[in-house]
Amino acid sequence: MEDPVKHQKRLENMLRIRRFEEQVVRLSKAGGFPGHYHVYIGQEATAVTVCEQLEPHDMIFTTWRNHGHLLARGASPGRMLAEILGRATGLCRGKSGTLHLADKEIGMPATSAMVGGALPIATGAALGLKHRRSPGIVVAFFGDAALDEGAFYEAVNLAGLWKVPILYVCENNSIPPQKRRRGQFPSSSLNAAQLIDVPRALQIPSEVVDGADVDALCGCFRKLIAEVRTSASARFVEVRCTRWPGNVPLWPELPGGEWNLEWAFGAKPEPQDLAAWAEKSDPLLNYLRGLLEAGTLDRDIAFAVDARVRNEIADAVHFAESSPWPDPAEATRGTFAAERRT
Amino acid sequence: MKLNYSQAMALAVRESLQQDPNVFLIGSIFAGLSAAGRAAFTPLVQDFSSRVVPAPVSELGLCGTAIGAALSGCRPLLDIGTASFAFQAWAQLANEAPNIHYMSGGRTPVPATFYLMTGIRGAGAAQHSHRIQAMLGNVPGLQLVLPATPGDAYAMLKWALLESSSPTAYISHCQLLEDEHEVDLAAPALPIGKARISREGRDLTIVAHSVMVPRALAAADRLAAEHGIEAEVIDMRSLCPLDRETMVRSVAKTGRALIPDECHLSFGAGAELAATLARDAFSYLKAPVHRVATPDVPIPFSPVLESALIVTPEKIASEALAMLNFQKS
Repeated sequence: MEDPVKHQKRLENMLRIRRFEEQVVRLSKAGGFPGHYHVYIGQEATAVTVCEQLEPHDMIFTTWRNHGHLLARGASPGRMLAEILGRATGLCRGKSGTLHLADKEIGMPATSAMVGGALPIATGAALGLKHRRSPGIVVAFFGDAALDEGAFYEAVNLAGLWKVPILYVCENNSIPPQKRRRGQFPSSSLNAAQLIDVPRALQIPSEVVDGADVDALCGCFRKLIAEVRTSASARFVEVRCTRWPGNVPLWPELPGGEWNLEWAFGAKPEPQDLAAWAEKSDPLLNYLRGLLEAGTLDRDIAFAVDARVRNEIADAVHFAESSPWPDPAEATRGTFAAERRT
Repeated sequence: MKLNYSQAMALAVRESLQQDPNVFLIGSIFAGLSAAGRAAFTPLVQDFSSRVVPAPVSELGLCGTAIGAALSGCRPLLDIGTASFAFQAWAQLANEAPNIHYMSGGRTPVPATFYLMTGIRGAGAAQHSHRIQAMLGNVPGLQLVLPATPGDAYAMLKWALLESSSPTAYISHCQLLEDEHEVDLAAPALPIGKARISREGRDLTIVAHSVMVPRALAAADRLAAEHGIEAEVIDMRSLCPLDRETMVRSVAKTGRALIPDECHLSFGAGAELAATLARDAFSYLKAPVHRVATPDVPIPFSPVLESALIVTPEKIASEALAMLNFQKS
C-alpha cells in the first residue's frame, strides 16, 4: 500500500480546489465580483495528479477554467481570490481577473481565455525550453472545445514536427449531444469518432483516461510525463470527465449546496442529477470511498483534512475581501516591460 | 560601410545571434521575395542552421510559438513574411502577445520579434499588399518599428532582439529591401521612440514613415529645385512608441504639416498623426493638416490600376503646393 500521508496530501490538494471553487460561486452570487467565470469542480483529480509529477522548472498553460491548475501547482489561494475580486493584492494586480489568472513564479506565466489560444504558446514554451537545453517540460491543459479551433491543429502539428517536450491534457467535460439543451454552456462539436483520432493522425501518441478514477490518472500521468521527459517529445491525453451538474447551466450553481463529506459515508445528495454524479463520477468521492474501504483513511482524518482546508479557504476569502482596491492610476501602468540592459 | 536594407537586417540578426544564445529564428526565408533579401539571409541561415527552426505554413501557430518561446526565456525572431499573412496570425499577434505583460500585473515580459514585410509591393493585388501598421497601432502592448533606411533597419532590429522586453512588430517595406546607403555601424543609434529630421526645411513639414520617407525626400528635392520651397521631412521610425513631440516642434517652426501615408486614408496611421497635430500644434498651423494616402479601395492587380493608387513623390509634391497656396478666408 502507498504511504497514507501521501494520500492525505492528495486528498487535501483536491479538497482545496473544491472548497475554493465553492467560495468563488458563492462570492459571484453575492455580488462579490462582476463578470462571467468558470469553476473546476469535478475535475480536481486531473490537475492534482498531473502536478504531482512536475518539477519546479516545468511550465503549465491553462485556460479560463484555471483555478484548479493554479492551486494544484501551489499558487496562493488568498492572492488568487484577491485577483478574482479585482483587488490590489491579486496575483496580477487586478489586471487579469478570474479568466486570465497567471503566476510566473510557479511556471504559469500567461493564461489565455481564448479557446485554443494557449496551445501554440505552450508549444512555443516547449520549443524555448528545448532551445535553452532546460530539463523542463510543458503541460498544456485545455477543454474539448479547443479541438474545434484551428490553433489546436497547428500547435500539435508543430510539436510533432519539432519534437518538443509537451503533454497536451484535454479535459473533456462536454455534454453528450443527446443531453444538450439551449442555454447551457457550449460543448465541443467535433466530427471525429473520438478526440484522440486527431492528434494520432499527426503521429502524437495519445491515450484516454477516466477523469473520475484517481488511480488511473496517477498511473497515466506518471507514465506519460516520464515519456515526455525521456523522449523530449509530445504526448496527448484525453481525460474523460462527466460534467458536474453545477457546471451545466451557463452560470455555475451549487446544486445541493456545498459538497458534503457525509456523501462519502452513505448520505445521498439532492437533486437527482447530483446524486447520480456523486455516485459514479465525482473523482473526490470515488477516491475517498476507495481509501476508506482500503483502510488507508478513516472518518476522523477525512473530517480533519476537510476542516483544515475550509479554514485555509476561509482565511483566503478574508484576505481577499479585506484587501484594498487598486489605485485607479494602476490602469495605465504595465503595458510594456522595461527594456533589458545589455 | 555601404549596406543595402536587407544586408543591414541580416547583419543585425547575425550579431544578435552571436551576442545572445537565447536569440533564435523561427522560419528561414526572411525577405525571400527579394533578390537582395535572399542574398543577405541565405548565408546567415546556413551559418546558424542550429539556431533556425524550420517552419511550416502555420502563421497562427508559429506566432503563438514565438510568444511561448519568449515566455520560456528565449528571444525569438519569427518570420511572418508578407504583412498580409499576419491576418492568419491575428489572434496571437493582436490578442495574446500584447496582453500578456499587462494581464500578468507586469510580471511576464514577452521579448518576441515578429518580422513583417508590409506594403504595396507591385502585383500583390488585394491580398498581398496590406499595410497593417494602423490596425496594429490600435493594439496597446505591441511595439511597431518601421525602419526606412538601412541604418535604422540594422539598429532597430538589434534593439528588438537584444534590448526590448516587449513584443515588437518589425515592419520592413517590400520596396525598401534593396535600398543602399552608407551606414556607420559604430555611430550611436538614435533611441527607439525618437523621430529623425531627415531633411531640414522652413516652409512645411512632411511627416513620413516607412516607404513614405524616401518618397517624401524625393518630393522635397523636387519642391526645392522647381519651386524654391524648403520642406522639412520627418522619419517617424516607430509608430509605437510615437514621438509626437518632434513632429509638433517641427510644425511650430514651419506652420504646415503634410502627412503622406501608404495606409488607406480612413483610420490610417496618418489619421493619428493628423489628430495629434490638430490638437497639439493648433496655434502654429497656417493651413489645415493634409494627408496623401492610399484611397479606400482594395489594391487592384493590373499595373495601370495599381499605379493609380500609389502615393508617389509627385502626389506628395503637388499636395504640398496646394497647401502652400492655402488662404485663410
